[in-house]
Amino acid sequence: MFKRVLIANRGEIAVRVIRACRELGIPTVAVYSEADENSLHVRLATDAFCIGPAPSVDSYLSIPAIVSTALATGCDAIHPGYGFLSERAEFAEICAMHDIKFIGPSAESMRKMGDKAAARKTMIENNVPVTPGTGIIKNIRELKAFVNEVGYPIILKATAGGGGKGMRIVRNDNELESNMELCQQEAEKFFGNPNIYAEKFLENPRHIEVQIIGDSFGNVIHLGERDCSIQRRHQKLLEEAPSPAIDENTRREMGAAAIRAAKAIGYEGVGTCEFLLDNDGKWYFMEMNTRIQVEHCVTEMISRVDIVREQILTASGEKLSYSQDDIQLRGHAIECRINAEDPDNNFLPCPGKIDGYFAPGGFGIRVDSHVYPGYTIPPYYDSMIGKLICWGENRKQARRRMYQALKEYVITGIKTTIPFHQQVIEDEVFKSGQFNTGYLEDFYKRKAEKESNSEVN
Amino acid sequence: MKLETEYIEKLARIINDNGLTEISVDDGEQAITIRKDSPEIVAPISDVQTTASSVQPAVQQSAAVDETSAKQPVKGKAITSPMVGTFYASSSPDVEPFVEVGSEVKEGDIVCIIEAMKLMNEIKSEHAGKITQICVKNGDPIEYGQVLMYVE
Repeated sequence: MFKRVLIANRGEIAVRVIRACRELGIPTVAVYSEADENSLHVRLATDAFCIGPAPSVDSYLSIPAIVSTALATGCDAIHPGYGFLSERAEFAEICAMHDIKFIGPSAESMRKMGDKAAARKTMIENNVPVTPGTGIIKNIRELKAFVNEVGYPIILKATAGGGGKGMRIVRNDNELESNMELCQQEAEKFFGNPNIYAEKFLENPRHIEVQIIGDSFGNVIHLGERDCSIQRRHQKLLEEAPSPAIDENTRREMGAAAIRAAKAIGYEGVGTCEFLLDNDGKWYFMEMNTRIQVEHCVTEMISRVDIVREQILTASGEKLSYSQDDIQLRGHAIECRINAEDPDNNFLPCPGKIDGYFAPGGFGIRVDSHVYPGYTIPPYYDSMIGKLICWGENRKQARRRMYQALKEYVITGIKTTIPFHQQVIEDEVFKSGQFNTGYLEDFYKRKAEKESNSEVN
Repeated sequence: MKLETEYIEKLARIINDNGLTEISVDDGEQAITIRKDSPEIVAPISDVQTTASSVQPAVQQSAAVDETSAKQPVKGKAITSPMVGTFYASSSPDVEPFVEVGSEVKEGDIVCIIEAMKLMNEIKSEHAGKITQICVKNGDPIEYGQVLMYVE
């Protein structure tokens, strides 16, 4: 087992990881920027080090500062959390160079999944369905032939890209050639690699992702899927497990596909395979996230597997604690991301001092948060201040529990998205379980219609 | 030698008089090690039980540093560390330290080394004057913004 773990992150995930380490009896080292002096993760860790000024690039993204701290404090492992350096292959390599175990997959695995066109190829070779697409586009003829095959709309993507950047949707022949050239130029500019590929563009699919964990002995298991279709500008707002759109058969097939993908690249650690579920019921591999994710909690609630704990154990060389047969999914869980944003003002971030804070409780209620009364949210980082997760025997029960919990949850001094979640949880379309990534746009459209109708009356 | 109280007291005195932290003697038949615990700026990593009882170990540590520097009236301007790493008073173990208490420094003079990932970084004084206090010692882990010494 590790002697000491450094948590290279902040906020609620740093608290999550520190808790898992404490439960395993491992001392922890927290790192923080000057803006996070009063943050909860600093207080909970065995030891804490200030590593830089507020801007992330000089603190949480500073590889020298983080590795120096780990070396100076005798840490033999670093947990990168999510975001920040969690998917930077060179960071994983530098840790290895200094005999520090990076709690995550190898640099090689990250690179294999980070190169989108190569990842597609690996999936195809392993019988994992991918959206109809091409390899690297060499000329306009190739692109036109593809369009003839699958029809519009299509999407052009940079192979070295990600994060929603370097992508262009093309809907007709007039835009095809100009968009191809522009996409190549942007790819060169943003990612230093002009190579692009094309895929059939799915309009408002459902976003379904499968959680997997692998150990260093070649064992890989899956813990079922999550539905993350409720998004705003590609940011997830609410997630649930299992997905109301997935039956047992599909679950088994998706899980098997995710495991095939992981085993094909010798994947170790926790990871998530993202799929797109089209309106006709067909599903396709989209990409693989090689880190722990924000929404891992809903999977924990229905599988009763402590994913972060398992992540640390397998990273330290232990065999997976569960076989696939041990995994028995039960009930339904929903997670609401509570952000310091004003939902009535275009979700404008509202950093500031939290005056009153009262979190809900009771059976099936879980709150993962790093805030407390009197805490001042710094303006330099993301606006998520906590996650509220509710479990029930079925979706209706989970939903009703969430409704009550949101009513109990009081945060004063700042604006939060709690009122927004209250509206969604009671919304007819959400209740029905029949929605896709076009949900939010439709939700606001219906809301506006209702308001204008009531004005007329 | 026989391990009598007198002998042990003698060893303890040797430690104190010479500013040592540890002395070990072994004559093949008997062995004794005497260690003097010095207050460290970084909390020694305790086991889980003791950690659980102190909810805010990190806060206590920085408070302790403030107390020690507050005991002696702080004289002058602080030289703080611009980076994370390990403090070294001299450029190598067998060389004189760059500065000592009482040394005169000009703006831009090297006052110490902060080592990070095997790279030695020279830390220069932003102020001119005399070194009134050196707050850290060789080998100490240094965090960003930590006070290294005072110049007046």
